[in-house]
Amino acid sequence: MQVSRRIVLHFPASLTGQPIVYRLARDYGLEFNIIKASVSPEEEGLMVLEVRGDEQGVEAGMKYLSEKGVMIEPFSQRVVLREERCIHCGLCVGLCPVGAFRMEPDTYYIRFEEERCLACGLCIKACPPRAMEVGL
Amino acid sequence: MRTIAEINEKIRKGQAVVVTAEEVIEVVRSKGIERAAREIDVVTTGTFGPMCSSGVFLNLGHSKPRIKLGGGTAYLNGVPAYTGLAAVDVYLGATALPDDDPRNHDHPGDFAYGGGHVIEELVAGKEVHFVGTAYGTDCYPRRRIETTIRLQEINEAILFNPRNAYQNYNVAVNLSDRTIYTYMGVLKPRLGNANYCSAGQLSPLLNDPHYEAIGIGTRIFLGGGIGYIAWWGTQHNPSVPRKDGLPKRPAGTLAVIGDLKGMSPEWLRGVSMWGYGVSLAVGIGVPIPILSEEILRYTAVSDDEIFAPVVDYSRAYPEREPEVLGEVSYAELRSGRIRVMGKEVPTGALSSYAKAGEIAQVLKGWIQRGEFFLTEAVAPIPGEEAGISFKPLDEKGGH
Ligand code: SF4
Ligand code: SF4
Repeated sequence: MQVSRRIVLHFPASLTGQPIVYRLARDYGLEFNIIKASVSPEEEGLMVLEVRGDEQGVEAGMKYLSEKGVMIEPFSQRVVLREERCIHCGLCVGLCPVGAFRMEPDTYYIRFEEERCLACGLCIKACPPRAMEVGL
Repeated sequence: MRTIAEINEKIRKGQAVVVTAEEVIEVVRSKGIERAAREIDVVTTGTFGPMCSSGVFLNLGHSKPRIKLGGGTAYLNGVPAYTGLAAVDVYLGATALPDDDPRNHDHPGDFAYGGGHVIEELVAGKEVHFVGTAYGTDCYPRRRIETTIRLQEINEAILFNPRNAYQNYNVAVNLSDRTIYTYMGVLKPRLGNANYCSAGQLSPLLNDPHYEAIGIGTRIFLGGGIGYIAWWGTQHNPSVPRKDGLPKRPAGTLAVIGDLKGMSPEWLRGVSMWGYGVSLAVGIGVPIPILSEEILRYTAVSDDEIFAPVVDYSRAYPEREPEVLGEVSYAELRSGRIRVMGKEVPTGALSSYAKAGEIAQVLKGWIQRGEFFLTEAVAPIPGEEAGISFKPLDEKGGH
């Protein structure tokens, strides 16, 4: 059965530069669209992909990626900040792979710049008061 | 220089000069210690972050017929409270989890709801579901009760936190090859990020490092209401290495107490630490009376003078190894990047500096408007001279 999946891949620094995604096509016969991609200053890669192929191939491809040390998450379209729950701690600032959170230099309030967010979802469970959530 | 009674007289007349621990830095820079100490009566501090050793004593009132929860069970919104007390007194701890929470079986666990969240809902005035069971006695015949409670309907609700307001704290990093999920937040592999947890120059005990201006009985801002320093906190460890009087390691702590009914969910917030558990973010503000130039000098401490140890939470912390990877200042931490083992590491905080500043401002406003008076300490908090040592738990052999 043909399936299609939208996923977010986090590449540790040791894997950036390796032709991992290419192998999904070569070894597992998958087709993919790269929706978004970025490399952080720490050289961690982040990629939002749409993969298509037969179900077994997709499963095997995902298994290959996680064995390589790539963290895989489902792609949630939009992540929003519920301002009333945010306590402006700043835990998300060092965590977000694309720097979508910023601590204001004078007041130290945390600002979320949604236009930078790749919706990787990492901050959703990492935010202690759970101020980040999947938007509609 | 001045006494607490004299400061209270000025508060009564609306004449007390109050600044925050952030503002005092600039005042001392421009006016010098001597003049600033003559002018300033009180410096207000603040901190707001997850503090796991927190919880609330509740007296739920007596049902008809009566039930004795002591020796039985009590659940509030599905979260178990401690019942080893008299008939209807219970203690709900911030880190308590529902019995059926999957915890870390599916690692990293979500920890969406627990004691800290129930406390937040209670203080917000929300209805909380209560189920109690008991074994039944001649005087307390009932075996089960199920109802709802609200904060305003029960007798006492006393927030009593045995360890809050840590004086300085570790900076957590991860040297291993896998992501780890800790009480210091998610730590990415190979020094991917560094998390710290102190309000630094605003933090109460970093502004009175030798515990000279405050003590047991000091009235404080607690969770948006009024509280008191009840004792020194558990793991209080004044004997750590210091520089210019300031501890370079996690040191002093406070046990605090106050009436939950006067507090607010803005300053008591249930939090979930992914893969670790639940907790309660507590807001605390301590007023420092300027009784001497020396006390004032300490309140003028700034983030570039306070240093925290960087600790590997993948090995050194869990294995209780003393190893420290380096020391960094809070000014560096708050710049967003530190250097550890030659690598630039982005920083994140668990303790909210912005909210700590708000607390210091709120407390300042209370004092300026004559709504908050200072108290004399009734007993001191032990300092370095007390020779307290931080005891490990070493297992005895032969088992
Ligand atoms: S981790 Fe959550 S509460 Fe803290 S600043 Fe980020 S969004 Fe706000
Ligand atoms: S979902 Fe959160 S962590 Fe991921 S890119 Fe967006 S803001 Fe950053």
